[in-house]
Amino acid sequence: MDITFDNVSYIYQPNSPFEHRALENLSFQIPSGSFVAVIGHTGSGKSTLIQHLNGLLAPTHGSVTIGDVMLQAGSKPKNLKALRKQVGVVFQYPEHQLFEETIEKDISFGPLNFGVQEEEIKQRVQETIEAVGLSSDMLERSPFDLSGGQMRRVAIAGVLAMNPRVLVLDEPTAGLDPKGQREIMDMFYKLHHEKNLTTVHVTHSMEDALAYADYVIVMHNGHMYMQGKPLEVFKEKEALNKVGLDVPEIIELTTKMNKRFGLSLEYKKQSVEELAAEAAHKLKGGSV
Amino acid sequence: MNSSMVIGQYVPGDSPVHHMDPRAKITIIFFFVIVVFFANSVASYGALALFALLSVGVTKIPPRFIAKGLKPVWFLIIFTFILHLVVTKEGNVLFSVLGFDVYSGALIQGVAISLRFFLLILITSLLTLTTTPIAITDAIESILHPLKRIKFPVHELALMMSISLRFIPTLMQETEKISKAQASRGVDFRTGPIKERLKAIVPLLVPLFVSAFKRAEELAMAMEARGYQGGEGRTKLRELALRKIDYMVLVLFTFVIIAVFLTRA
Repeated sequence: MDITFDNVSYIYQPNSPFEHRALENLSFQIPSGSFVAVIGHTGSGKSTLIQHLNGLLAPTHGSVTIGDVMLQAGSKPKNLKALRKQVGVVFQYPEHQLFEETIEKDISFGPLNFGVQEEEIKQRVQETIEAVGLSSDMLERSPFDLSGGQMRRVAIAGVLAMNPRVLVLDEPTAGLDPKGQREIMDMFYKLHHEKNLTTVHVTHSMEDALAYADYVIVMHNGHMYMQGKPLEVFKEKEALNKVGLDVPEIIELTTKMNKRFGLSLEYKKQSVEELAAEAAHKLKGGSV
Repeated sequence: MNSSMVIGQYVPGDSPVHHMDPRAKITIIFFFVIVVFFANSVASYGALALFALLSVGVTKIPPRFIAKGLKPVWFLIIFTFILHLVVTKEGNVLFSVLGFDVYSGALIQGVAISLRFFLLILITSLLTLTTTPIAITDAIESILHPLKRIKFPVHELALMMSISLRFIPTLMQETEKISKAQASRGVDFRTGPIKERLKAIVPLLVPLFVSAFKRAEELAMAMEARGYQGGEGRTKLRELALRKIDYMVLVLFTFVIIAVFLTRA
């Protein structure tokens, strides 16, 4: 589904001493099927932005269009349930939303609310529990008996079982070990392609943004600071440093090598080994 | 969600009321609450109202903001007023509405009681608007200090209070976060029949309790790990001290009390 932000502003607690402008005149478009990374420092408005994607917040000014649902400032949103059925949101620390007695019931909770047939739910539960890398004989256990990482996976399965067309991820791997982080992001990436989803990924990890996204939105103080293809955005080291963001290590490495050895390597998603071979080749006097 | 949560919400500021010793503020409010019940004439109500309004004015908190925060209480005030009009049958009949006779005594009493109510809430909300929860707890601990003689656990009580106060915003944030997560999974907290809406609370309450217990356990563990012992021999980061402004306001308030008792009917 296409997502369009048109001049969106959002103000928390307007007309009070606590008034806070979280988004200001934000405009952008996310075409259906793209994987977009939203990066920015803490407090830059990333979380406010994604809450507009399924109508948890409605813009104070401007309008947001997701598929054929439009959220407009000043008018009461309709079809919220239909919108939420299409847009699955994995919040930060999603394991905090678990509440049912068994894992199966918790995963079924979303689809049940959206009126999916029982047979269909059973099938989805099987599919999603495997997709998140857990075994289906755990289904009868209580989600509270699991480890933190497993709880996270169950919670994610609960969102996936809604069969959303748009997947919104708010730092879904925060607090996991590196291996778990990789596994979960790879899983989302695989699903993104298999099910032809539109994915919006809020992250602090420039590495993840570089590895998975095909478009990057950089937020700063509620404004759109930069946007573009990851390789283009991460070229602007100084601009990113200015708002407290780094460039991915591998790009940093390439720049440093170029400077130190007078090379002109270009990073285009090679692995470290490939990059090393390229550098060695050039240093030995060869040309590519 | 928290836009109408003025009761208990501290608004930072730089006014004399903000700088007063919290013990002085609590003492004044304590006596104010008692004296309000003795007021029974226009002049005595006037003295109290003047004092309350003056205090509000000095804080420089926008009145519009205070009024908005008192919204949930307006209903109660108006309800009491109407109840008095209907129930009280003293004095002469002034007029009648829908077959109800409205007596002059009822009108006077209705206004008096509503005003009393309004003043009570205004002055007490002023305490929490201008004083941080920590300062309030410190003040209560200091005021209750004499009870230590009879082995009353003053410090523990104060600690419990400050911990609960400290976690109110955290729990509210948590509630908002979880209700958003569940709303995204299709729970509807706002519409539908009452029975459905009550059922919708379960997915909110269970995670909230789980996280509250977890938090409590972690806090207890962190306190023990740092060797927390309780009140004996602990010093304070902010020592409470009565200053000139406190004495001035206390004297002013004493005059108000005297004025109230002199002008009682």
